[in-house]
Amino acid sequence: MRIALVVNREPHEADVWEGESLLFALRERLGLPGSKNACEQGECGSCSVLLDGRLVCACLVLAVQADGHEVITVEGLGDGDQLHRVQEAFLEAGAVQCGFCTPGLVVATVDLLERVPQPSDDEIREALAGNLCRCTGYAKIFDAVRLAAGIQP
Amino acid sequence: MGDGTVPRMHQRRATTTAPARPELELGRVVPAERRLDGVPKVTGQFAYASDLSAAGMLWGHTLRSPHAHARIRALDLSQALAQPGVHAVLTHEDVPGQKRYGLEFADQPVLAFDRVRYYGEPVALVAAEHPEQARRAAARIRVEYEPLEPVADAPRATELPPIHDHRWTHGHGYLDDPRPNVVRSLVIRHGDPDAGGDVSVAGVYELGMQDQAFLGPESGLAVPDGDGGVDIYVATQWLHVDRDQVAPCLGLRPEQVRLHLAGVGGSFGGREDLSMQIHAALLALRTNRPVKMVYSREESFVGHVHRHPARIEAEHRADRDGRLVCVRMRIVLDGGAYASSSAAVTSNAACFACGPYAVANALIEATSVYTNNPPCGAMRGFGAVQTCFAAEAQMDKLAAALAVDPIELRLRNALAPGDTLPTGQRVSGSLPVAEVIRRCAELPLPEPEELPRDAIRLPGGAGNTTRGEGVRRGVGFALGFKNLCFSEGFDDYCAARVRLFENAGGELVAEVHCAAAEVGQGVTNVIAQVARTELGTENVVLAPHTTATVDSAGSSSASRMTWMAAGAIRLACRAAREELERRGGALAGGEIGVERVYRHPRTWPLDPDTGQITGERAHVAFACAAMRVVVEVDAELGLTRVVWIGAAQDVGRALNPQAVEGQIEGGTAQGLGLALMEEISTRGGLIDNASFTDYLIPTALDVPPVESVLVEDPEPDAPYGVKGVGEPPTVVSTAAIASALRDATGRELARVPVRPDDVVGL
Repeated sequence: MRIALVVNREPHEADVWEGESLLFALRERLGLPGSKNACEQGECGSCSVLLDGRLVCACLVLAVQADGHEVITVEGLGDGDQLHRVQEAFLEAGAVQCGFCTPGLVVATVDLLERVPQPSDDEIREALAGNLCRCTGYAKIFDAVRLAAGIQP
Repeated sequence: MGDGTVPRMHQRRATTTAPARPELELGRVVPAERRLDGVPKVTGQFAYASDLSAAGMLWGHTLRSPHAHARIRALDLSQALAQPGVHAVLTHEDVPGQKRYGLEFADQPVLAFDRVRYYGEPVALVAAEHPEQARRAAARIRVEYEPLEPVADAPRATELPPIHDHRWTHGHGYLDDPRPNVVRSLVIRHGDPDAGGDVSVAGVYELGMQDQAFLGPESGLAVPDGDGGVDIYVATQWLHVDRDQVAPCLGLRPEQVRLHLAGVGGSFGGREDLSMQIHAALLALRTNRPVKMVYSREESFVGHVHRHPARIEAEHRADRDGRLVCVRMRIVLDGGAYASSSAAVTSNAACFACGPYAVANALIEATSVYTNNPPCGAMRGFGAVQTCFAAEAQMDKLAAALAVDPIELRLRNALAPGDTLPTGQRVSGSLPVAEVIRRCAELPLPEPEELPRDAIRLPGGAGNTTRGEGVRRGVGFALGFKNLCFSEGFDDYCAARVRLFENAGGELVAEVHCAAAEVGQGVTNVIAQVARTELGTENVVLAPHTTATVDSAGSSSASRMTWMAAGAIRLACRAAREELERRGGALAGGEIGVERVYRHPRTWPLDPDTGQITGERAHVAFACAAMRVVVEVDAELGLTRVVWIGAAQDVGRALNPQAVEGQIEGGTAQGLGLALMEEISTRGGLIDNASFTDYLIPTALDVPPVESVLVEDPEPDAPYGVKGVGEPPTVVSTAAIASALRDATGRELARVPVRPDDVVGL
């Protein structure tokens, strides 16, 4: 069936199978592979996107549920060639290794800092506990969040 | 920063000790840049293997065995072939070349024939227009199995009927062990194995099967070249060894099969063996269409090898001053259905069984066995993790028996350059064990946090299971080491090619070719950093990692790639620079192209009967790490919290300190997972937790702050004095966390992962 949705501020239409996830539609139908598929059951957060401004796992949302709604993916955070401050902070802090978790963590961090501009360390941990990272041990990701929030170490 | 009671979160210090050998000419190295792949990775533009596509692409799917051990009686493909969108259904009969492959021994069928030997073994392949069509068609393949009794108990495997008809690992220079199902036995006899001490401690230790759990599942794209050959874009750790296994099975010459590195979503050893490479190529060549394969998470749990579960019997004898007199260990490693790298893991487990201690007498017996459990092979730490867990528990027991401080006991026995290892090898390079112990012990422990406090900083966390009553604190310490690079006579090399040319603006540009796999560790930055250093130019361009334009780089494993790539790039750059100087310093419109191969100093095999060196050395170099850990245990519910970890690591020379810290923090977290939560659970060889819902890896709430000290003592045999840094933290952290849990609970805790019922009801 055909769906119409706004992705990264641009209108899109796609023909999807009714069982398809929003993640599959983003990756395979709309040419936006930035959101990653690592578990397909909402455990790892690699596919985190903002759906009408709410943080969701795109693997747990059906593509048809996004019909008529607005989605922001990692590809839509920056402004042209200008990185979002969270993306910049992830680079500066060394929070990226293999990078497979990075799109989801960047989106989750943007969501956190919009809700809580100056999060405590406990708030950072709690907010990112749904995003698995296997490379970094999280320390430099926490550094990146604090850097993006302007919190002095 | 919260209410001020949170332990130090981001204090790290990089300490540089004076080089042990000031005469070493290390040379200046230009500072590291930001990650070269960083911008594409934070913006979602980086193309991982699972992100690839091509015009006319089909999706491949693998039908896998639901049995751990069964005879295949019949295969019927007719219904699958009739499904919509299906372009090919293949079985072992469609493998045109060799029917088996393997990293070290070709014992594993490309597609099962006659028998399946593990749960999830590939049996048939489908290519279809849509991945769901491929999945549904695979479900219509009818396979008639005759289930067989699985060999599932590793310690008993040597008494049970062999699961292979042929002894694949026999005749390769190993001890002749006539028992069934032996992959490799290695016995190291050192000094007088019967030497007695004043004090003796013993224990039996076990480790569960750990999964690498890289986040990017096995994926790739195979594209037929129209001329009988194929290009394979894949996430791997070693392009050339993949090619050398793929080509014979396709019945093609090596140059007809080109492997190209696609973006790698983590590896940790789990991408050393092949997964979908041959399968996608078979489907692509059959359909003459590009074929993509992407494993699901569940499939990934059977799509790669795991860390060997182990059972270790250990006895340590010491004199009354706490000096080790004799170490005896018997190690059984469950290799699962196929050999993979079990032979080398066996050797590592045995060679590093005593830990970085001077031991005059030892008897180490290590055996890896075939079973019908999931195949095991490389995972970060590679055999040393298992024996470090046992050896360090033994050192704590010994300290308690002697009433000596555990850190002091380790200092008294610390190995040093000039000492002899149980293999008879003299430590000739850098190995600052005592310095690493002292640096770690100097790190101040965080004060106990006061109650009441936020539940998130108590065992059980946001589950809000305690207000702090019944919570006990424990402090532990552990030390470990392992080898760097490949060992035992392996011809370990890395090639690099440099092309110098002038760009349109007349500036000198260096194009660097190296097939080293960037798996997230940052080796591309090392390559560029060395090239900028040696050529004195910022105009360095990295060519794609591929088998097509340059010889092998060897594997991104064994903590070797920084050392080896730096060696090769340095050689090639210096040769290019010399040629440029020979031409008077100008290219004058021409260009320079040189390829050079770097080899680390030679190693020799171990004697199969004694486990002793047969030349100067069996291992080229070593690295050690120490960790101090604070834990809290809720003894009423068996819940644990790791509060803080302090680490000191022997890093040779840190070319990129931020990346080195990242390796220490990440490697520590993986060891924490093995200590507390990670285990592939099997029953009769069947996996019953193949998902991230059931197989837990540490989250942001599980990993504590890691304070790391980089101890820089340059390695004389390595370019710029570097050492690999990826594995030592993983070797040590499991042992260190278990040590802290023992301190908190008074329990022996001889098995990891430690479960809630192991620490409850004190």
